[in-house]
Amino acid sequence: MRENLSPGSKLLLVVIFLILYAPIFYLIFYSFNSGGNMTNFEGFTLDWYRELFHDTRLLIIVLNTLVIALLSALISTIIGVIGALVIRDLRSRQAKNTILSLNNVLIVSPDVIIGASFLILFTMAGIKLGFYSVLLSHIAFSIPIVVLMVLPKLQEMSPTLIDAARDLGASRFDVLRKVILPYITPGIFAGFFMALTYSLDDFAVTFFVTGNGFSTLSVEIYSLARQGISLNINALSALLFVFTLVLVIVYYFITQRNKPSGMGGKR
Amino acid sequence: MKKLVQLFMAIVIVSAALLAIISSLNSSEGYSGGNTLTIYNWGDYIDEELLSQFEEQTGIKVIYATFDSNEAMLTKIKQGGTTYDVAVPSEYTIDQMRKEHLLIPLDHSKLPNMKYIDERFMDLPFDPENKYSIPYFWGTVGIVYNTSMLDGKRITSWADLWDEDLSNQILLIDGAREVMGMGLNSLSYSLNDTNEAHLQEAKEKLDTLTPNIKAIVGDESKMLLANEEAAVGLAWSGDASEIMYENENLDYVVPKEGSNLWFDNMVIPKTAKNVEAAHQFINFMLDPKVAAQNTEYVSYSTPNKEALKYLPEEIVKDERFYPSPALTEKLEVYENLGKQNLARYNELFLEFKMHRK
Amino acid sequence: MQNKFTRNLFFIPYALWIALFVIAPLLLILYYSFFDIEGNFSLINYQKFFTPVYLKMTLSSFWYAFLITLISLLVAYPTAYLLTKTKHKQLWLLLIIVPSWINLLLKAYAFIGIFGTYGVANSFLEVIGIGTQQILFTDFSFIFVSVYIFIPFMILPIFNALDELNPALVYAAKDLGASSWVTFRRVIFPLTIDGVKSGCQVVFIPALSLFMLTRLIAGNRVITLGTAIEQHFLVTQDWGMGSTIAVFLVIIMFLIMLVTGKRKRGV
Repeated sequence: MRENLSPGSKLLLVVIFLILYAPIFYLIFYSFNSGGNMTNFEGFTLDWYRELFHDTRLLIIVLNTLVIALLSALISTIIGVIGALVIRDLRSRQAKNTILSLNNVLIVSPDVIIGASFLILFTMAGIKLGFYSVLLSHIAFSIPIVVLMVLPKLQEMSPTLIDAARDLGASRFDVLRKVILPYITPGIFAGFFMALTYSLDDFAVTFFVTGNGFSTLSVEIYSLARQGISLNINALSALLFVFTLVLVIVYYFITQRNKPSGMGGKR
Repeated sequence: MKKLVQLFMAIVIVSAALLAIISSLNSSEGYSGGNTLTIYNWGDYIDEELLSQFEEQTGIKVIYATFDSNEAMLTKIKQGGTTYDVAVPSEYTIDQMRKEHLLIPLDHSKLPNMKYIDERFMDLPFDPENKYSIPYFWGTVGIVYNTSMLDGKRITSWADLWDEDLSNQILLIDGAREVMGMGLNSLSYSLNDTNEAHLQEAKEKLDTLTPNIKAIVGDESKMLLANEEAAVGLAWSGDASEIMYENENLDYVVPKEGSNLWFDNMVIPKTAKNVEAAHQFINFMLDPKVAAQNTEYVSYSTPNKEALKYLPEEIVKDERFYPSPALTEKLEVYENLGKQNLARYNELFLEFKMHRK
Repeated sequence: MQNKFTRNLFFIPYALWIALFVIAPLLLILYYSFFDIEGNFSLINYQKFFTPVYLKMTLSSFWYAFLITLISLLVAYPTAYLLTKTKHKQLWLLLIIVPSWINLLLKAYAFIGIFGTYGVANSFLEVIGIGTQQILFTDFSFIFVSVYIFIPFMILPIFNALDELNPALVYAAKDLGASSWVTFRRVIFPLTIDGVKSGCQVVFIPALSLFMLTRLIAGNRVITLGTAIEQHFLVTQDWGMGSTIAVFLVIIMFLIMLVTGKRKRGV
């Protein structure tokens, strides 16, 4: 739909984006503050950024966070898609609702409980706390959201599409690969990004299931709260943010370039 | 489908690359080596430069992890699966850990620098004879107030908080023992009181404070007070000294009805792997010059008497942060009240919080 | 026959996840809820839950979660709609998500700065003549920040649903004389209701257990079930009571899923 947006609509979008980005700009603004806090801007300085580059420990933590986020989002997306397919194929409404409810349990539960119960499970199973326990936990709590993002698209899909494909001789696998997956791709992407968000933001669960030096950015930041967050964290967030922004924009324009023109790229 | 596969591959490659970087960084830092020491401490509660100093002196690699609350730390250590060699809990948690056999006794012969600690802070009820812990930092709980926002009025007691002029001006700490303790102290009861009638009285007294309370917050109260969001706040002495440095209008007082004396001590949890290094580290931190440097960075009060000689006079003579023995006599250390009583405190605190609506 | 076998094999990861990370913790929590603080088997936790304190807390949590969900929906729907009409809609969508990758605590601190007595918001109010207001520690700021946090989660599924909408349907309705409002009410909204439901589930349910924001932004004026759970699990170490509240949260979630579940058969 390529109607042009009315000026009023454009204004609304602008306002929304402004509000969305306001705290971020605030954080970035103060990352240059020589004053050391987030209230009085005293002078411009790059000290906080300089400090960052000397802090190897923080760097490792950031990398840990990224790896966990990417891997857990990836794996949970795959499992989540499988889950959505399972749920869709269920015949009885009872079973469907039960599994769906079970699926959502982790979204309902407060992080503290998830963290505590996973901790108990891991220690019972004798799994050492560290990278793997964190990864497993992140995968675990991201799966439900992937399911919730993918399922509506699956349910919308008309079964006649599948019937038509099978009529034309497609095997089950082909149907999956060439009919279902392309149709639900927006849902898959949505799920993936939501999973990323859940992972990057998580503190409580990670805190409980980590051990022995493996830490993520969230845990580090929350631990700093008692002493007051020093502005090198602002600097770090600013860098990560800009980096992500650039990545997103570049990725988008690359994929746009690859889309065959006129083939239904836009609707 | 193609797009998905592309994305999938991209992520796998990026992750692999990141993992490679991490492991190379880790080994270059010596983290995956042999002789390591894992420290579990409050956030930003040590001058990290000292960790490097320790590493150089002893050749032991330090792994540093942080927590933000005693209970969270306790849960982690209790559950097992961790190998922290040194931890820094607060006194009431140490009491609990001691009773639950979660600590390894200290070998005092390996801690010669112990003698520098002020005797006032040794052999306290929560750890008799310091079998398991050595003081790291200490302080009091008191009131921070903004003299300019209060037009020069001075606060000296808990009772002053109930003054009507302070409507919507007070920030409380989100801690049951601190707030209930305040209530109890204001009624001249001990802050370790477990008498149900007294507790109810304290809670009801607190309810009457509601109009004066602006918010009940956590660590952010420091920032809020420094930014003059509120005129008065319940605070720990260490936090107070920090923000007073930032905002000259602030003053700190330990109320005359009595208050809490707190300690954060170094302990060796039973899950420790490198007990030898743990002792070396604790002894290192007890060195007066090291303690002095740490104190200047963290800006809390050091229990190390010898270290005071290396600190500026104005800090050491400041009675607000280094109260005389006469004053500290009147203050109480939190006792471990046992689960039932603690639960009762928290229930009443929860009810109090809900009363505010 | 072969197909069924491979198909069942295919579903194993999801089933495994449900068994290990959903059912096991659930059972664990249920188990703990029957123990009092000393470790004796008792029903005292359940008794305690039905006292005025906890019931009031439950109602209060519900009320705030409802408000937050409603307002998120009201803001997210038009935003998602307008986004589908833009030229680079996928890009804008990603840009909506990116801010959510900055750590929550940092954003909360930024909001404390923005809404503070001497912050940007109040400066703005001064300029337009209204004068400094107490924004922090009010219901307004709490709901504002919560909506801010949850918006991407609401926008994403609605966007996906709207994006899939066949414009021909809208044109048809308009051709038949329907006004914009009627078109929305009778055509657009019903066809996107799955997305709306997903969004609501992902917002309402976690909103019941918010506890970081209740302290940072609301100054504990608002107490949710999450606050109580966190307290019980961490401070009081009364895992029994904490688990009991969690059990109720899960029950509530099941009920909500039942009520909003699919009533008619899929298209």
